[in-house]
Amino acid sequence: MSDTVLDVAELDVRYGPVRAVRGISFGVARGGITALLGANGAGKSSTLMAIAGVVPIASGRVSLFGQPTSKATPDAIVRSGVGICPEGRRIFASLTVEENLIVAGTAVATPQTAATRRAEMMERFPILGERRRQLAGLLSGGEQQMLAVARALMGAPRLLLMDEPSLGLAPQMVDTIFSIIEELQGEGISILLVEQNAALALEVANHAVVMANGEIAGQGAPADLQSDDLLKSAYLAA
Amino acid sequence: MDQLLQQLINALSLGGIYAMLALGLAIVFSIVGLINFAHGDIMTFGGYGIFLSMVFGFPPVAALCIGLGAAVVMALAMERTAFRVMRGADVISLLITSFAVSEILKVLFQNGISARPVPISFPASWSGSYQIGGMTIGVAPTASILVTILSLGCLTFVLRRLAIGMAMRAAAEDFDMLRMLGVRANRVVAAAFAISGLLAGVAAVIWTAQRGSVDPMMGFFPVLKAFIATVLGGLGSLGGAVLGGFVIGTLEVLTQAFLPDALAPYRDAIVLSAVIAVLLVRPDGLLPARSGARS
Repeated sequence: MSDTVLDVAELDVRYGPVRAVRGISFGVARGGITALLGANGAGKSSTLMAIAGVVPIASGRVSLFGQPTSKATPDAIVRSGVGICPEGRRIFASLTVEENLIVAGTAVATPQTAATRRAEMMERFPILGERRRQLAGLLSGGEQQMLAVARALMGAPRLLLMDEPSLGLAPQMVDTIFSIIEELQGEGISILLVEQNAALALEVANHAVVMANGEIAGQGAPADLQSDDLLKSAYLAA
Repeated sequence: MDQLLQQLINALSLGGIYAMLALGLAIVFSIVGLINFAHGDIMTFGGYGIFLSMVFGFPPVAALCIGLGAAVVMALAMERTAFRVMRGADVISLLITSFAVSEILKVLFQNGISARPVPISFPASWSGSYQIGGMTIGVAPTASILVTILSLGCLTFVLRRLAIGMAMRAAAEDFDMLRMLGVRANRVVAAAFAISGLLAGVAAVIWTAQRGSVDPMMGFFPVLKAFIATVLGGLGSLGGAVLGGFVIGTLEVLTQAFLPDALAPYRDAIVLSAVIAVLLVRPDGLLPARSGARS
């Protein structure tokens, strides 16, 4: 499929004897948003981390931009055009906002390009510009999420992996984050969105995958899933 | 008063050496979770670098630079050959690996060069002293304090102002996240080892310049003290390592200078008891690492 940026086939992830992800297959279309839904422990984050190369692929295949990732390290995967906003945001709390962006810039761009992109990020997220010299750990949850997004965008990714970007945020901030997600899609960035907030995720996604107990319970267009009982049962299963 | 000031200079000089060694240990520990027992051998290797280049007829200043370079090369070689393959292993496995590296190097030093101290003859002016306001102050302790300040200043600049330094601080906080930003992990780790090697090299330069000889155990005892300094300061905390180094150095010099002769054999016991007392009150050290030590 040449119109997909991410192709996951028969993916298995194991932690010792535990099969956290069991032979799942799905994709992210170029320019599209795929929502990965399911209850806690369904295997969503494990899937994301396997795509990112952080946890090993036990069996199956992950292809990014048409290339299999099999033995690639996380840093190589990211440099191939992937941005990662991990669960819990994981911003560098003891570094300033600007230093967080500088560090992200070292990986993926020349110093000049990195400086330009940093300026772009501060313009796009004015609150980050205002707080550039503040320690990132002192930002509010929503601001930290913006920083996590800005940091992932420093490498000008073609595919963004986002894990629970709305978790723990005030409702207003959740709206802001989701409008950012739509904005990014509008700029042509493909997105794999792991979310607990299924209703919101289905609003922005054009493809949805529902996981339960490490397997895919169903996938398809958001409209079909919304009316389905599948989603409800997937969340109740765990 | 006069004596107190002279002892203060000695304390700063010795404390500075401990501080630099402790800092080298802390930088590596904070990023890869390795307690590098072979750090002392990096220092010793730097000392032999100075010795050998003087044997081959290099002038003293050039020999010191070669010693510095030798320590950096040794630190990088250690990382590449022994520790990179162990990346991600637990603290104990890494510690045992570093024991092995240390033993191998000691055997090489003993059999390849000499088990006994080899002399290095620096110009007489280096071991001289000068007078300020009626006080006699040694050239070597003064130089060592200046070199320590310069090294710590440069390191602060690197960590605060340069992108690679920021990446090292980020790595200490969350190494996996750094990789998820696309940063090449090996580069950051190598940079940390290079800096720790450089600091061990500076310590070797000061140590040999003051003592005029090198032996296979040269780095062992100062690094042992530096270990204690990192624990006292807070394992994995860079500021803590520096503070711990100066505290240990000061305690040692003061106990040596002012303790009655009868108590002199118990000097280390007294210093270490003080460390234990501090840790009882502050188990995480004087300046604990912010994000907690990596496991």
